Amino acid sequence: MRPPYLRAIDPHWWAKPPYLAYTLREATGIAIVAYALVLLIGVICLALGENAYEGWLGFLASRWSLALHAMILIAMVFHVWTWFAIMPKTMPRLIIGGYYVEPRLITAAGIMVAALTSLLLLLIALMISQ
Amino acid sequence: MIAAEWAAKRRVTVEVLRYRPEQDADPSLQAYDIPYTEGMSVLQALQHIKDHIDGTLSFRWSCRMAICGSCGMMIGGKPQLACQTILRAGEDRPLRIEPLKHFAIERDLVVTMSGFISKLESIFPFIIPKTSRATTEGEYLQTPAQLARFENFSDCINCMLCYAACPQFGENPDFLGPGVFALLQRYNGDSRDGGRERRMELVHSKDGAWSCTAVGYCSDVCPKHVDPANAVNQNKTNSAVDFFFRFLPRRRSPEREA
Amino acid sequence: MKRSIAPIFWLMFGAGGMLAALFGPALVIMTGLAAPFGVGFSPNLIDYSHAIAFARHPLGKLVLLAIIALFAWHGAERIYLTLKDMHLGSRLTLAWLSYGSAGAVTVATTATLLAIGF
Repeated sequence: MRPPYLRAIDPHWWAKPPYLAYTLREATGIAIVAYALVLLIGVICLALGENAYEGWLGFLASRWSLALHAMILIAMVFHVWTWFAIMPKTMPRLIIGGYYVEPRLITAAGIMVAALTSLLLLLIALMISQ
Repeated sequence: MIAAEWAAKRRVTVEVLRYRPEQDADPSLQAYDIPYTEGMSVLQALQHIKDHIDGTLSFRWSCRMAICGSCGMMIGGKPQLACQTILRAGEDRPLRIEPLKHFAIERDLVVTMSGFISKLESIFPFIIPKTSRATTEGEYLQTPAQLARFENFSDCINCMLCYAACPQFGENPDFLGPGVFALLQRYNGDSRDGGRERRMELVHSKDGAWSCTAVGYCSDVCPKHVDPANAVNQNKTNSAVDFFFRFLPRRRSPEREA
Repeated sequence: MKRSIAPIFWLMFGAGGMLAALFGPALVIMTGLAAPFGVGFSPNLIDYSHAIAFARHPLGKLVLLAIIALFAWHGAERIYLTLKDMHLGSRLTLAWLSYGSAGAVTVATTATLLAIGF
């Protein structure tokens, strides 16, 4: 009698529904690293001197940089959304005043806080740059 | 006369993945043409096939009301309970019924459960009291808030749909998996239980919480809204905190002495 | 049973992710979309004199290190797991490549910030 039959898994499961959404969420990590690398290059240019740093500023003012940062921003916003969507899963059930707090509420609260912190940072930077 | 006419009016075709170890080298799809009635479940379809067309078809079932967890299978590519899935007529493609993904096939729609069972046994799936307690002391008292911390995890019916959903279990069959984590957390989260220490060793390993990448599909397919993804990911936090705080001296407490 | 070292990377992934969630959009707008073009922010927000003053300040160094390093570790964990899902290499190879890169970024950032001096 043959042993139980083990079917091979689909090696491209990550590219198909329902897993594609998960892969796209994880892909936001690429945008976050990309931004870090842009900053790193900026810091290195800063260390190399004013000429090098002006070069980096010149890159930032280019169309390529604009397109890159626009894509990074889209990915960043998607990251904020998906980050707080998954955050409740890492916590035990939240019970406040005898009531169970639905994960959706925790997500909404998180997104609102993130909107606030980003807004605050923009405002502080605006004040400084005047 | 009219009833017979109505009964014969509509028919649907379903495809079932067959595997008979005594005669088949590989599984293959077999199509069945069956009478259709509005609201019939996939389980009823399978039972019709077995009762009237092909008695060799093998599948697990029992309660037919989504509480025993026996009839889990891949229906239209999604892990579902056959008794809870309504058959639809008029689709352009026949409905495909296959055994649960990521498990070895014993026969037809029956998969090997032994791996799941041993994992379940390994997490001490019972209350290990914090301190010994005589019945003369009365019942444990538990507030609704304490109950809410673990109640949903106790709803697990061991149907294994979450294992078919989990791609990381597909990649790593040694992963404890969503269902077993739900039951682990059912006990760790119960205020009456003091066995957390014993269960955590499994959680800390690479086949424990750290095989999970928070895909979350397990919770989507769970028929009892157990939210196993929460059970696993909560324990990532527990495991991570323990990873760093284990070097701190522990307070001696009555719980430890149990 | 052997304990996994995954918590180290998971916590850094979490810290980087939280930082990116709370401040990421604002940072990208500031340094990537607004200041270079003088939109809303004057370009002198990130000009050489301000940038070097920021990078020379110990707090400025900390902020820069936190953002660059934690973003890198966050991305590294996600890229590692995704490449592993795609079967693009063995677990160990991909781990060394991803975490190694994040480690390199961390070292490079630290060294550069120290080189900028106080």
